[in-house]
Amino acid sequence: MFSRATRLTRAVPVRAIAPRATPVSVAARRTVTTNAASAQVASPVPESEDEPFQVTLSDESFETYELDPPPYTMEVTKKELKQMYYDMVVIRQMEMAADRLYKDKKIRGFCHLSTGQEAVAVGIEHAIEKTDDVITSYRCHGFAYMRGATVRAVLGELLGRREGIAYGKGGSMHMFTKGFYGGNGIVGAQVPVGAGLAFAQKYTGGKRASVILYGDGASNQGQVFEAFNMAKLWKLPALFGCENNKYGMGTSAARSSALTDYYKRGQYIPGLKVNGMDVLAVKAAVKYGKQWTAEDNGPMVLEYVTYRYGGHSMSDPGTTYRTREEIQRMRSTNDPIAGLKQHILEWGVAAEEELKSLDKKARSHVNEESAAAEAMAVPDATPQILFEDIYVKGSEPEFIRGRTLDENYYFKN
Amino acid sequence: MSRYLRPAARLAATARAQVARPAAVSPFLYKTAVVSGLQKRTYADATGVKEYTVRDALNEALAEELEANDKVFVMGEEVAQYNGAYKVTKGLLDRFGEKRIIDTPITESGFTGLAVGAALSGLHPVCEFMTFNFAMQAIDQIVNSAAKTLYMSGGIQPCNITFRGPNGFAAGVGAQHSQDYSAWYGSIPGLKVVAPWSAEDAKGLLKASIRDPNPVVFLENELMYGQSFPMSEAAQKDDFVLPFGKAKVERVGKDLTIVSLSRCVGQAMVAAEGLKKKYGVEAEVINLRSIKPLDIETIVKSVKKTHRLLAVESGFPAYGVSAEILALTMEYAFDYLDAPAQRVTGADVPTPYAQKLEEMSFPTEPLIEQFAAKMLRL
Repeated sequence: MFSRATRLTRAVPVRAIAPRATPVSVAARRTVTTNAASAQVASPVPESEDEPFQVTLSDESFETYELDPPPYTMEVTKKELKQMYYDMVVIRQMEMAADRLYKDKKIRGFCHLSTGQEAVAVGIEHAIEKTDDVITSYRCHGFAYMRGATVRAVLGELLGRREGIAYGKGGSMHMFTKGFYGGNGIVGAQVPVGAGLAFAQKYTGGKRASVILYGDGASNQGQVFEAFNMAKLWKLPALFGCENNKYGMGTSAARSSALTDYYKRGQYIPGLKVNGMDVLAVKAAVKYGKQWTAEDNGPMVLEYVTYRYGGHSMSDPGTTYRTREEIQRMRSTNDPIAGLKQHILEWGVAAEEELKSLDKKARSHVNEESAAAEAMAVPDATPQILFEDIYVKGSEPEFIRGRTLDENYYFKN
Repeated sequence: MSRYLRPAARLAATARAQVARPAAVSPFLYKTAVVSGLQKRTYADATGVKEYTVRDALNEALAEELEANDKVFVMGEEVAQYNGAYKVTKGLLDRFGEKRIIDTPITESGFTGLAVGAALSGLHPVCEFMTFNFAMQAIDQIVNSAAKTLYMSGGIQPCNITFRGPNGFAAGVGAQHSQDYSAWYGSIPGLKVVAPWSAEDAKGLLKASIRDPNPVVFLENELMYGQSFPMSEAAQKDDFVLPFGKAKVERVGKDLTIVSLSRCVGQAMVAAEGLKKKYGVEAEVINLRSIKPLDIETIVKSVKKTHRLLAVESGFPAYGVSAEILALTMEYAFDYLDAPAQRVTGADVPTPYAQKLEEMSFPTEPLIEQFAAKMLRL
């Protein structure tokens, strides 16, 4: 008995015995700020577009788990801030265009929009290189755009056009481009696949990293933890990231997760919770994460605290499981685009006129691209197009079966 | 001759020189080995033919492909230090190191997803399942992440991966470890599915699977690992590959076509010999080799000659490989049939443990022989 008792005491981690400063509440804790305009300029803003200057992030931008926080001071340039702003506005406009097209019944099936979550996709891309890899869930339009897809290719895909990013074969949830591995429709399945991308990076050498995204809903999938285990075991350069938008479909984080501190879900993997409404904080966090993996420290579990304005998908009004006031409050006080805009104006990075012209440029760009996408031809309804790309060209079987024997398609190899 | 200079061949030769003891020893295994022992162990004869066990053939195929391409790596439970649960990967860790022969935790869904990710990234993983029964944990990754991605991406994202491991019932391992998944994977567009019977099949098809740019499911059979087959000189070379979608006529006959796959091919061969001895009829035995794509041409050609078809497999009967063969034969060769096409399959029962009951659940040589005789009204 005695020895058992001592063993038990020894087995309990120190942190569990130590009195907690704040009791863990049962409800979802989202203690980092979601203020999108909480940074402060720390050095004079230069005249030049390309000359870096320093900004200091709010000390409520991060929470860490078994990890020193990232530097709160970061370097930015005027050009980059404006680019970030433009990128977020384009994504917002693109999602709004998708919303319109869907309501016009021109988009079929599922369509999940990321309105409100733009800072995550934009912040990540501004922190990584094109040679790094990104994989995400079905809410993928913004990421596809940031990885290099054109707006017309994304909207064209939604419209099921031949010149869509996946030639009309993928749809809203399946978009791929160089360094971007989807666009995955099975909740959580992209997490081990993303660990595999990191595995390949380690296998082939180099200082690349994989950014792996999943929602707070997916975070309870068993294979997420399987991926954590292997990534830590093999010190893979994997930046797991939970986009916590508070709701997995209509189930709030607190109703689905026994521990809503998603950045602690890696247990033996250091975690970093970041204000996902602030594009600067996201950039700082991911940059820090990339440095962490480059120094061969293995994986990191990030949590981007964010919010989706719309429903889970187009068929969800998004109001049965949350209040309109909540949505309104996030939109009006925590919007990532409005937040960055406020910084740009306050810091004198650009005048309101210039931002307005950026808005206009983004809007007209998306409108043009949307029109171009609508003008694209649909794939010809021919067997040749239906049956292509099931197997790699040149390695197809002799024929593929159609609905009837008469419809069998024979490859001309 | 020159193959002895190649390290991969040396490795396989060493593996063969060591005691060829089956990993899973069971009376049932020896029984089948004796009953269907069409070949006896010999050394290279004048034509250069040598005896290989299926295990050695698989090992040699892996070693040669690992040797040929740095992008190839083997990942799975107990593949490295343990030398493989069934010793298929024996010696590979020593030769290729832990970077390329990787022991995984017991986490099928996770490591399968990880292997798929590595394949999407351009590597050529060989993902071993200790048995395909465990791959059910990971079937979503095989079907949704591996098989469909090329098509969903409009052809821009290939996935060169090989899923391999023992499939089907073994001996006395109970219901959860005794299922044949040929039909499951055979029904998925985007996958290629093969099931070797002989050592040549094993080597040629595994090498083809690793080289193929598509996801391939390679279904081995635990009861076959220890069986020896003659391997032709050509098949001993490191450029030996077998094509997908091509069946092999293992025995030529004129009275009945028996189409089979994997271990059942050997049983069909024994049954065919019995039919000849007892009744003087000649059954043609087709070894499918490839489940998807399926070589319907060879089957139809044979049926045109024999006018009768019997499909033999060890999967569950409903919606199975045999069901597909019968349907295709009906569609393509109805007019050539003199009698309804028939099938011998596993029984529609979760595999029981007790030996006599287990034997009743799967095709046996006497059963195939009797049923064929009945079909032929002998």
